[in-house]
Amino acid sequence: MLQIKEIDEIQKRLLMEVADLHEVPEGAYNIRANGEAAARNTTANIDIISKEDGSGIDIRIKPGTKKESVHIPVVLSKSGLKEVVYNDFYIGEDSDVIIVAGCGIDNCGSQDSQHDGIHRFYVGKNAKVKYVEKHYGSGNGTGKRLLNPGTEVHMDENSTMEMEMVQIKGVDSTKRETKCDLKAGARLVVHERLMTHGTQDAYSIYNVSLDGDGSSADVVSRSVARDKSYQKLDMCILGNAACSGHTECDSIIMDEGRILAVPSLEANSTEAALVHEAAIGKIAGEQIIKLMTLGLTEAEAEEQIINGFLK
Amino acid sequence: MLELQNISFDVAEETALGSEQKEILNDISLTIEDNTFVVITGPNGGGKSTLAKIIAGIEKPTAGRILFDGKDITSLNVTDRAKAGISFAFQQPVRFKGIQVLDLIRLAAGRRLSTADACQYLAEVGLCAKDYINREVNASLSGGELKRIEIATVLARSTRLSVFDEPEAGIDLWSFQNLISVFEKMRARIHDSSIMIISHQERILEIADKIIVLNDGRIAANGTKEEILPTLIGTASAVEACKVLTDK
Repeated sequence: MLQIKEIDEIQKRLLMEVADLHEVPEGAYNIRANGEAAARNTTANIDIISKEDGSGIDIRIKPGTKKESVHIPVVLSKSGLKEVVYNDFYIGEDSDVIIVAGCGIDNCGSQDSQHDGIHRFYVGKNAKVKYVEKHYGSGNGTGKRLLNPGTEVHMDENSTMEMEMVQIKGVDSTKRETKCDLKAGARLVVHERLMTHGTQDAYSIYNVSLDGDGSSADVVSRSVARDKSYQKLDMCILGNAACSGHTECDSIIMDEGRILAVPSLEANSTEAALVHEAAIGKIAGEQIIKLMTLGLTEAEAEEQIINGFLK
Repeated sequence: MLELQNISFDVAEETALGSEQKEILNDISLTIEDNTFVVITGPNGGGKSTLAKIIAGIEKPTAGRILFDGKDITSLNVTDRAKAGISFAFQQPVRFKGIQVLDLIRLAAGRRLSTADACQYLAEVGLCAKDYINREVNASLSGGELKRIEIATVLARSTRLSVFDEPEAGIDLWSFQNLISVFEKMRARIHDSSIMIISHQERILEIADKIIVLNDGRIAANGTKEEILPTLIGTASAVEACKVLTDK
């Protein structure tokens, strides 16, 4: 086990934003700060091992592990730092765990800071995983805050994965790609929340392959594009068996924001039941007026509507 | 409490011959006293909802002045009128994705009410609070449920003047019985405040102190319930009310 290293105030604030961590978390954790491991804890059931080539970590969860959690937040507070990290999760059969990942970047300098985290999940039979990933950027430097998460999820029979992906503030550019394949009886639920502002751009790409009979996926994205930001939401579900899939992109557009939503379905089996929904629109005027009749100003009303929408 | 002076409202209407001004309200003057329960009634298209929206500040009158507690509020926007003490319940309540009933009641109250206090308002409008407090105010709620929540937000504000635009619209007959008792309770509790309801319903007209009949953008009658109600029974507006009821 490593001792916790010095973590500065900015890093502490970032940790709070991305992992709701006020102090050292319970259970297994690995905290990465400015490109180095700052702290690590393993438990009897959850092991965290650095990859030999130093490119990331392996998280191994023993079969049957119940009600345990793993926190693996990453924080960057140094300008100009660029890193690519590979984290592989091996989740044992019949386990039931919560995994909290997240990345916070504070860039006050003039150079770009970038973190590309590649997460690969191998979810064992009947295992149940709740995965929470939050991305956050702060700092008023001219250097950009760039995050390009890649997520791969391989789900074995009758496993369940619930993913909560949140990026609300401060990340200048992001390209998030999520690929999932599901065997028989596996169930995937994704809730994505995305907000862009300024001149940010965000690409969110999902490719979910339902390969086994009885597998199902529900991918729901809610996003808000403000100022001059741009979003492309590309969500594809492939039905290759007797499965059910649903995608939903629901977006609010404001100011001069732009959104391209590309929901797509591919059925390769007559037994596949696939549905997609997509809607983009500005905040309804009557919603603002209703909240104004409760005494809120127009700006306060907008804020409440967006907060609710992204909750 | 509220005084409307010579309120008129016109809208531009596109016709085959081009745009022409259509008169919705014409020279409306009326006063609502403190501690009164006023019902505005009259045929559909007579200008009732427009009048309510002008009071709430959602529409601006083409001419005339509005005084609230002696202060000219004609130029105040919706927010400032709400802060001055006017509440408005929409005929068709607005839905919000993600905003929960509790959030909406807290926003209405303007403070962080405890869940128990917020539930109290739901109970008053006949909703079982624990079933609704954490529900989203979205399309999963029925028209009748939304109407009650809308009324609960106005109760939570407890302002000097509460305006309800056709609270019975979109409510089934069963829920309507409960709704009447909600308004009867409100009527009994009026204190330093007034209630104005736009309604076609005889049961609501019966609990009024005053009744104003709007027809074709003008005040056709204005007086106490005892003066006005007998003249309405069996007339065109009452027939209209029956029609509304049978349509539901």
